[in-house]
Parts: sequence; structure tokens; C-alpha cells
Amino acid sequence: MSSSNKQMWTEKVRKAMVSALPPDKLMPDSQPAYVASWIYVFGVATLSALCVVIGTGIILAIGGPSWWHTSSFGHFVNSLHLWSVELFMLCMVIHLWGKFFMAAWRGNRQLTWITGVVSFLLSIGAAFTGYLSQQNFDSQWIATQAKDGLNAVGVGAYFNVMNFGQMIVWHVMLLPLVVGLLVVVHLLMVRHRGVVPPFDDSLSNNRNAESSAKDAEPAK
Amino acid sequence: MKPDRDVAEWTGPKIRYDLVKEFTIALVVMAVLTALLAIVFSSPDDRPVTIKSWSLAQPVDLAQTALAELNGTSASATYGPPYNNTPGAGQKIGPISLARIPGVTHPINSAQDYVLGPLSSDPDVPGLPGALVAFRGASQGQKSTWESAYSKALNKATFTNGKLDVPPGNYGPVAPMISALVSMARSGALDGALLRSSQFYGTDYTKPLLFMADGSYLASVGGKYHLQGTQWGMMNETGNYPGQAWLWLYTMWYQISPFTTSGNADALIWSIMMVLTLGLILVPFIPGLRSIPRVTKVYRVIWRKHYAKVEKQLSPQ
Repeated sequence: MSSSNKQMWTEKVRKAMVSALPPDKLMPDSQPAYVASWIYVFGVATLSALCVVIGTGIILAIGGPSWWHTSSFGHFVNSLHLWSVELFMLCMVIHLWGKFFMAAWRGNRQLTWITGVVSFLLSIGAAFTGYLSQQNFDSQWIATQAKDGLNAVGVGAYFNVMNFGQMIVWHVMLLPLVVGLLVVVHLLMVRHRGVVPPFDDSLSNNRNAESSAKDAEPAK
Repeated sequence: MKPDRDVAEWTGPKIRYDLVKEFTIALVVMAVLTALLAIVFSSPDDRPVTIKSWSLAQPVDLAQTALAELNGTSASATYGPPYNNTPGAGQKIGPISLARIPGVTHPINSAQDYVLGPLSSDPDVPGLPGALVAFRGASQGQKSTWESAYSKALNKATFTNGKLDVPPGNYGPVAPMISALVSMARSGALDGALLRSSQFYGTDYTKPLLFMADGSYLASVGGKYHLQGTQWGMMNETGNYPGQAWLWLYTMWYQISPFTTSGNADALIWSIMMVLTLGLILVPFIPGLRSIPRVTKVYRVIWRKHYAKVEKQLSPQ
């Protein structure tokens, strides 16, 4: 049968995946010699802080939105959740600016940069909806203050910061899901393309003059 | 090959690098650091303001707010989209009002939702059903006369022995209505009335929060915690906590001219932030912007070991 000779979809996808990310690329045991700076620590620190955020968030979710207000252990878990978010955002901002100053989009790594920045933006949204889901004065205040900006550009019509039900669903389900998926895609892209090499200073010095003039032109 | 866009693949030496070990150590360190911060600093959890607590703390402010809802002069009543269709309301970016495109999606009729509706649900208060009938049956001019007189009287009002005390005057049914609403608020019944939905379960706090934001009590509590817009607003939280420090750029615009006085500040700041955000996402494709790393040479600090090696190799022995 001719159909049996055809490559199955599953087979095609598997081959594409293995080709893009063979095991030694996915889990390498060596890195280029230039991967020797403290700035690289902030990528893995961001990822590990995200794990703590998710772990503490799951415990809070099991107890429900009101639990931590009445339980001292719940309050402690809330504190863990808060501080892990602060560390996560701090590490991510340092990681982001580190990558900016490394021009980490070079060498077809533009999508790695974009998924990273979008993850950062969505994380701001996740933290924001978390503050709105606290059921305390901070939630009330942030909701009544934030509504004006969102309403002014028409977003408030669909994303109502004073609707607790809507905010908590975005916080515990929609945004973590998208952030989680984007982080996975971001990591796979880093593994696929590798860590961006340093600027070749001898090369860039030679081209400084011409690049500033020609940078705006489309590639020929 | 453009230096800000392209780079040759690395063919130089490699070093042993244990990613799994690095991640495990980072996870343990982050968990311990988080636990230490949580133990030392805990987290804020200040009790929410309720309409009951507002009415107990500042009953006159609640009465003034209720009257503003009744005569349609409150911030909510005149807000425009997405709450109502107030002509001319809605911030603009140039000639465009983005708020008007989706229109009214969370309808608020301030007189009905905050005063007449809740009072109608409390028919056991002596004289109240008659006052409501009299108010609903009065002409618009008559209503305005009562409301205007009562508004002036509330400026001199006190709250004594559980009752609003205003100078004598012709307030018609407005005085007993507002007085009944304050009593309802002080009993806690107004909190429940404003949350009532067509379903048994309710999670939408739009109405009570807008009502509280229309008064001055919520703002005074926010000011006490240094959370006002002029105090870097919502990026802070109660107590000495870092809050949403990552919102500093967004909040900063609210502290500077012309946004401190502009009636379109929110829309303008949002449009600025959207442009900046898009710029950040698309840095790799924007000539000039993507050259900043190469021009500033911060990378020389990041990869200083690498460049030291390269220079050592290149230097004549």
C-alpha cells in the first residue's frame, strides 16, 4: 500500500523535533567558553523563582482565595508567594537588561528575545491580577485606581479589574498558563540557538562607520 | 553581516557546564531566600473597607455621596463608558475616544443602583415606601430643588445619636431616603444590596467599589497608606513593602506635567506605554535602537573574561 510508505504525521513531527533539538542540544553538558559571567545566573534564577511562585501559588489555590486571611500558615504561604514574585520580577528585569546589553537577539534569536519580553509583560499582568485577587484593602485600592487607565483605552470594557471572579481566573489560570507555555518556548529556543556569542570587536570596530549609515537599509 | 543583527556561530573552545546542577542549586537558594524574606517581613493584609465601615467612620460623607448618586453628579454618574453614556465623557487621544468604541458594557444607573434600588429592597422602614413614591412621582424640577437644598444642608450636617442631623429645611422625601440609606449602610445591609446579582453566587464588586470610590473615605484611607496617585499610587502597597515596583515607568508619568493636569492623562499615558512596550518587543528590528548595546559597550563588562583572553591571544609576545 502506498499509504504505508508515506511518512506519518507523528513521524514527521518527531523527526522535526529531534532535528531541531537533539538530546545533546536540549541537555548539553558544555557551553561556549564565553558563558562565564554572573549575568547568566539571572536566567536560571528567574526560572527557579518562577518554580517557587508556582509552587506557593498552588498551595494558596488549594486553600481557596479566602483561606490565607484566616490561617496563620496560609498567611505564611501568602508571604512566600509575595516574596517569590518580588524575586522573580527582580531576577527577570536583571536578566532582561543583561540580554539587552548583550544584544541577545543576534544570529536569528529575535523570537527568543520577543518571547522573553512578552513573558515579562504577561508576568506583570499575572502579578497585577494577583494584587487584585487578595480581597483586602490593597485589592480595593489598586482596582479603583487602575480602572481609569484601562477604561480610558477601552480595555476596561472587557477586563474589569473590579470583578473579583474575572481577576482570580486570569490570575490562577489564564496568565500562568500562557506565561508557563511562553517560558517553555523561550527555553527551547535558547537551547536550539545556543547562548548568543560576544560581539566580535575587531569586526564591529571595522564596521562601526558603515553600519551606522547602512543599518536602516533593508538587507540585500 | 550587520553587527547588531548577525553573529557568526561560535567555533571556539567550550567549557563543562552542568545545567541541572546549576538549576537545582538556584532553586534551593531561591526557596531559602524566599522563606527568609517571608519570615522576616511577612506580607501585608489590611482589612478591606466596607460600606458599613465607611458609614460608621464618616456617615456624612456617605450621605453626601449617596445624594451625588441620586442627583447624578457623582464621578460614577458622569463617568461615561463603560458605565454610562454621559455625553462628552471618555478620555481622548487626539480626536479619538477609544473608550467609546466598546461602549457601555457595565451599565451603572447611579440613582437607581445606589439609592432607589437598595431602598426599595428595604420596605419595612416606616415612611420609606411613601417617600419613594413621592420622589418617583415628583417632577424633575421639584427633585432638583429638594436635592439642592439637602446638598447645602449636608455641608452643615452632623451625626448624633445614630441619626443624621441637618438644619431644618424643605428637603421633601430626599431627607428620609438618604437617612434610611445611611441606616441601611450602618447595619451592613447596603453591602449586600449592592452585591446582589441575578444569580445566587456573585463575584462582581464593580458597583460597591465605584460607590466607595465616589466618596472621600476610601481616598482618605489610601492617603493614610501613601497610596494616592501623587504618591506613586498603585505601584505601592500598604506598609513598607516593595509593591509592584516594576510599574515605576507607568506610574512616573502621573507625577509629571502635563499629565498631572490633563483630563486625558490616562489615555495619553497608556498610549505612550503601548508605544514604548512595542519598541521593547521589536528592539531587534529597529535600527538605531538595536545598536545601543554595541555603542554603549556594556557588553565589554559582561564578557570581560572573554575579551581579556582574546586580547591576550592577540597581543604580541
